Amino acid sequence: MSTLSAVLRSTLAKDLRMEWRSKDAINSMLFFALLVVVIFSFSFSPTAEESRQIAGGLIWVAFLFAAVVALNQTWARELRNQVLDAYRVSPAPANSLFLAKAIGNFIFVGVLEVLMAPLFVVFYNLRPVGPAWQLGLVGALATWALVVNGTFFAAMSIRTRSREVMLPLILFPISIPALLAMVESTTAILTGDASPVFWINLLAVYDVVFTTACLLLFETVLNAE
Amino acid sequence: MRTKLTILGLIALALLSYGLYQALVAAPTEQTMGDVQRIFYYHVPSAWTAFLLFFCNFIASAIYLLNRSQRSDAFALATAEVGVVFCTVVLVTGPIWAKPVWGIWWTWDARLTTTLILWLIYVSYLMLRRYSSGGQTPVLAAALAIFGFIDVPIVYFSIRYFRTQHPQPVIAGAEGSGIDPLMMKALMINWLAFIVFGAIVVWLRYKLERARQQVEEAHALREEQSLEQPRVDKPAVDARAS
Repeated sequence: MSTLSAVLRSTLAKDLRMEWRSKDAINSMLFFALLVVVIFSFSFSPTAEESRQIAGGLIWVAFLFAAVVALNQTWARELRNQVLDAYRVSPAPANSLFLAKAIGNFIFVGVLEVLMAPLFVVFYNLRPVGPAWQLGLVGALATWALVVNGTFFAAMSIRTRSREVMLPLILFPISIPALLAMVESTTAILTGDASPVFWINLLAVYDVVFTTACLLLFETVLNAE
Repeated sequence: MRTKLTILGLIALALLSYGLYQALVAAPTEQTMGDVQRIFYYHVPSAWTAFLLFFCNFIASAIYLLNRSQRSDAFALATAEVGVVFCTVVLVTGPIWAKPVWGIWWTWDARLTTTLILWLIYVSYLMLRRYSSGGQTPVLAAALAIFGFIDVPIVYFSIRYFRTQHPQPVIAGAEGSGIDPLMMKALMINWLAFIVFGAIVVWLRYKLERARQQVEEAHALREEQSLEQPRVDKPAVDARAS
């Protein structure tokens, strides 16, 4: 257990430090999400009432696309200088590496969401009618749902011939129920029309099920030669 | 193998023809929908066969992760490919029926959407297999197959809560469900015919994949041998390697 947390801590610290100094992932994600926001508002030009109805879907589609940018960079760094091969031969537990990467992505996407949320509020005149504190809960659960599978599938797509293209192709079909749940719960909170409880529970179940699956299968995927 | 295949093929042909007769002639015409309903005898057996094949794919993938046998990998690939074909049949016959009966081609209902997402997941599985190279393909594909399979119930429950319009199950469904025995007979014969037909295609695809694996193995073995015993009198190998 102590090795697990030590490897986890050092990998996470390394990734955060690298990101802090280069700001590669966060800059590209931010700009990408901003573009999605602008393009959507031109495509639909919604009124205030309409925008409240569609904002849930819009926010999460923007975050989903932006997250793919960060997820694709997760393992690309480790391919340089054969770092991933070094991980493979080292006795360090594979799951600690996975968790470090997933938590790192969670932080990156979380920062993106915190920075982008005011922009959505300004551009789409949003004001939650339902309990706003639930948005934080939905945000955390939804972000984890995106990054846990995303980190796992990024480790798979990095091995294929068309690296960057492959990740969304395998991640999006599996993520559809999570996307539905995050969109529906956000819309329910923003409009106050319905209760988001079912969708929050679904997100929690999705998180638990797929975190377990990732932890069980990551070592196999990492060691696939 | 050829004799077995011919016999199975004849059985499939006989069953499919008998099933066609049953579906088009013997089964009574449905009261409200009329002859359009007869597509049911192809739609439902295709769906069941596709689900069965995807289940086989899941089992084969899990077995592959446990024992790494190439046979189960070949079987997983074959079942996924044929399953996608049957799933496509379901997605095509569904709208053909829905247009005259519901008045629309498609609706985002639980069963339709789940089937579509199932189709998407297995198409992405086939794409992953196609675009990854080398010996890691089976492991990655098997991991994705397991993710896809555990996703299906979550998809189903989430969309069932979302909205539903598809006719409730008529067989072993709620009270008041049930169909004419003649309709049941046509349905079951067609299902049997589809399973036999599907099994033949899976078997052929499995054999093809096994042959490909064996060719690949033979190539690898020969290259290994040529590395171990470098021969000067065989320049052809060196020319190919460079």
